[in-house]
Amino acid sequence: MVIRWLIKPKMYQDSVKLMKLSSELSKQEGIKHASVIMATELNKSTLENIGMLVPEVAAANADDLAIIVASDTEKQAQKALELAEKLLNRAEVQQGETKQQSPKTLRSAVEALPGANLALISVPGIYAATEALKALNLGLNVHIFSDNVSLEDEVWLKQIGTKKGLLVMGPDCGTAIIDGVPLAFANVVSRGKIGIVGASGTGIQEATVLIERMGGGISHAIGTGGRDLLDEVGGQMMLLGIDLLENDPSTEVILLISKPAGPQTTKKILDRVKQCKKPVIVNLLKGDMNIIRSAGFVGAVTIEDAAYKAVALANGEEAVSIPETYWGDYSEQMAVLERQLCPNQRYIRGLFTGGTLADEAMVILSDIIGDIFSNIPLKPELKLPSARKSHKHTIVDLGDDEFTRGRPHPMIDPFPRNERLMQEYADPEVGVILCDVVTGYGSHADPAGELARAVARARDAYPSNNPAVIAFVCGTEADPQPLSEQVKVLEEEGIFVLPSNAEAARTAGRIIKLHENRRV
Amino acid sequence: MTLSRNLINGPVKVVNVGLDSFANNLTSLGVANIHVEWRPPANGDPHLVRLLALIEQNIDVINTANQKAINRLLEAQPKLVDVKLAGDVIPGFERNMILHSGPPITWSKMCGPMRGAVIGALIYEGLADNAEQAEKLAASGEIKFAPCHEYSAVGPMSGIISASMPVFVVENEAAGNRAYSNFNEGLGKVLRFGANSPEIIERLRWIRDVLAPALRDAILACGGIDLKTLTAKALQMGDECHNRNLAATSLLIRTLMPALVKTYPPNKLEEVVSFLAKNDHFYLNISMAACKATLDAAHGIQGSTLVTAMARNGVEFGIRVSGLGNEWFTSPAPYVKGLYFPGYDDEDANPDLGDSAITETCGLGGFAMAAAPAIVQFVGGTPQDALNYTLEMYNITLTSNPAYTIPNLGFRSTPTGIDVLKVVETGINPIINTGIAHREAGVGQVGAGLVRAPMECFIAALRRLAEIILTVG
Repeated sequence: MVIRWLIKPKMYQDSVKLMKLSSELSKQEGIKHASVIMATELNKSTLENIGMLVPEVAAANADDLAIIVASDTEKQAQKALELAEKLLNRAEVQQGETKQQSPKTLRSAVEALPGANLALISVPGIYAATEALKALNLGLNVHIFSDNVSLEDEVWLKQIGTKKGLLVMGPDCGTAIIDGVPLAFANVVSRGKIGIVGASGTGIQEATVLIERMGGGISHAIGTGGRDLLDEVGGQMMLLGIDLLENDPSTEVILLISKPAGPQTTKKILDRVKQCKKPVIVNLLKGDMNIIRSAGFVGAVTIEDAAYKAVALANGEEAVSIPETYWGDYSEQMAVLERQLCPNQRYIRGLFTGGTLADEAMVILSDIIGDIFSNIPLKPELKLPSARKSHKHTIVDLGDDEFTRGRPHPMIDPFPRNERLMQEYADPEVGVILCDVVTGYGSHADPAGELARAVARARDAYPSNNPAVIAFVCGTEADPQPLSEQVKVLEEEGIFVLPSNAEAARTAGRIIKLHENRRV
Repeated sequence: MTLSRNLINGPVKVVNVGLDSFANNLTSLGVANIHVEWRPPANGDPHLVRLLALIEQNIDVINTANQKAINRLLEAQPKLVDVKLAGDVIPGFERNMILHSGPPITWSKMCGPMRGAVIGALIYEGLADNAEQAEKLAASGEIKFAPCHEYSAVGPMSGIISASMPVFVVENEAAGNRAYSNFNEGLGKVLRFGANSPEIIERLRWIRDVLAPALRDAILACGGIDLKTLTAKALQMGDECHNRNLAATSLLIRTLMPALVKTYPPNKLEEVVSFLAKNDHFYLNISMAACKATLDAAHGIQGSTLVTAMARNGVEFGIRVSGLGNEWFTSPAPYVKGLYFPGYDDEDANPDLGDSAITETCGLGGFAMAAAPAIVQFVGGTPQDALNYTLEMYNITLTSNPAYTIPNLGFRSTPTGIDVLKVVETGINPIINTGIAHREAGVGQVGAGLVRAPMECFIAALRRLAEIILTVG
């Protein structure tokens, strides 16, 4: 073994730097030992203990730097000393990055954003309730986008929210617009006098979009989550939402968008509405309009009708039903499309990404063409045996749990509908395909383009089948996917685009009806 | 009923937990928001997730208790008031007692350095003449071993304190409680690393007979030394007051010097002053006692999840929690990741040892690493890493201490008051700057580096908290 050393007189270096150098030298090939030290008495005695103290180093002073290496060969030792000199002389500018320190917990986030007043929660369902509770405990309103939260958890979270006067929107709340801020899936609409509380995500989106198109505006749109009106939950957030909007100076008209509600809850909500100082429109899709009318409220069967009445009230006019030809007269286009159908192309197939939009289409279509099969049917006997296979007139909600388990919602991921569209195109009995296109924040960057390309592929694959494709775009010009561009893309592909979901459903139904009459 | 008027009337400010695209949308709209870098709590352990959820349902009780604990912590005014012999000043101290670092441990289980230090202490006390006798005595059951922490005391490394060792007396003037620590003997072969040869004993006697009285007179003549101010100044000068005490030691000497010159015979003054001047770590023990006095004031508040001690005995790492009385929650002591002095490597290292992590518990040391970027080189890091360590710690502390600020972070207060709940929830282990002891008695310090407090201690404490809260609540 050879021991070699180098002394650099009067060269002070920080001990940490020297320890680093020692450890780097030790890693060099053939090096048995390496010490880079200031020659203090303490360090010298350490060297002595390990048999590395050579007389020259022993004679050095505390402000001298000493490099001592031991290796098998002269060459290795010299190389190590050279390296040590190089490292010592290197202007050590160490680069590093200060990690952008995002807060790791809700609590740290609130500390970092003073004045935070709303938590938007989209973590996996099993964690969502606790995160929501943390937010409530910190005095935040909560928007729970997550699904798979138990009904039990929803009930107590909403009890806490009600007690604290904080909103608990959701679980499974797809949309909200608070003070003009779109949350989760939401369209960009004008501010205005109409406040919405709704149990349905796409129902609220459709209402806000149509109100915008009819010249109205939104003060706030509060989502409650689809289960809020079950008797177990008791409409807690619908009630709190009504309170908030009633007391909100920017709101003049309140629009309630319901889902099928428990009997006790229906009564509770209607009793509350009776006390409301502001006019209220109640949209009870699939619900019994007689309850609403007998209670003396303005009711609306379709979202389109609800939006129309809300805008009328906000303008100080009387709330009358939307006229038949409000959007225009489409009889000519319907006739053209109908004439292209072969005699056996008699069924309608609706492929929806929005559950409430599918519901509304079924309600409208049932009146025109009778029974509609579905995975979310109006009557139990109309339930499809398999959601993946259509039967006669069929409307499917592709956003239903069965389709979304383990994959993104079809509003984000168009693949499942593209695939289903091909399947329907292949069926020679299909006369009309009806689709929704939902834009806005949260949605796919170009849902119309995706649908148009899917239609083009299906046409190429089955050129002899030529069903009419009817769509509407639930979106606005200010959305990240501007309405006019989305409509243009669809129309260029020969898709007939209507201005509302209800109008699209009516048009689709009438084409089928026309066709049926012609065949008879 | 109160209403969400803030939401409806004020500007919306969103905390986003989950999909980052939702936050990006808000940012593009110019809406104030903050995105949480969320991970499943407790690394997704279902049992712990459930416990955390249950505890969250009773969080009001905990918040109230923690607020009380935080107030006591932040209001503390540690002052160095005296130097006395341990047996004379530490309440409950017995003649045959030896205090050690970390959680409780028996003689037979002690690590090498601690055994060596116990032997040295028994010889120093005159209870044994040599190592062999001392070992026999230690094993006989006649010596009462106890953790320093249970006697308001702290000691670095083996932390051995016996009756006739001088201790610093630190008084928390806000709450009136006192804490004690032994004297720092310097580096190399010293008792705290288990050295016990005659020259070590000789030095201990010199500390008792010369250094301690000299400092005592000077401290009394000064009317005591405000340690909160001294520590705050040292942080501004590049110390974190655990692994780097260069500035604090210098400040201490500067403060004592006029009094020393006045109170001490000039012919003997030189040896006292040289001893202090040669020891960069002299302030460490005082820093520790100040932290101990601060945290003890915050201990014993029912329902509080504040960690009031982290300590290691070289075999186990243990923590104590304000709301959980005198119980220790322990797990095997980890090894320190760091750099070694010349001639040593991993093989030589003892597992983590000493009470010095009381500094981190009090928001100094690793928690204040941003103040002392030089330290981070121990693990081959950059000054930016130092900032990151400190920034990370804000996620697991209950508050920050306005008395201690970090120039590099725009004079932001140091993250202070470790919260058991936050540690378990985030899965972020507290960071500790520390020295590495040789595993054999008497060799001394062989390196320094960083170590993370083991998660198991915090999980065990969380389970106990849940038991208490959920049976009471």
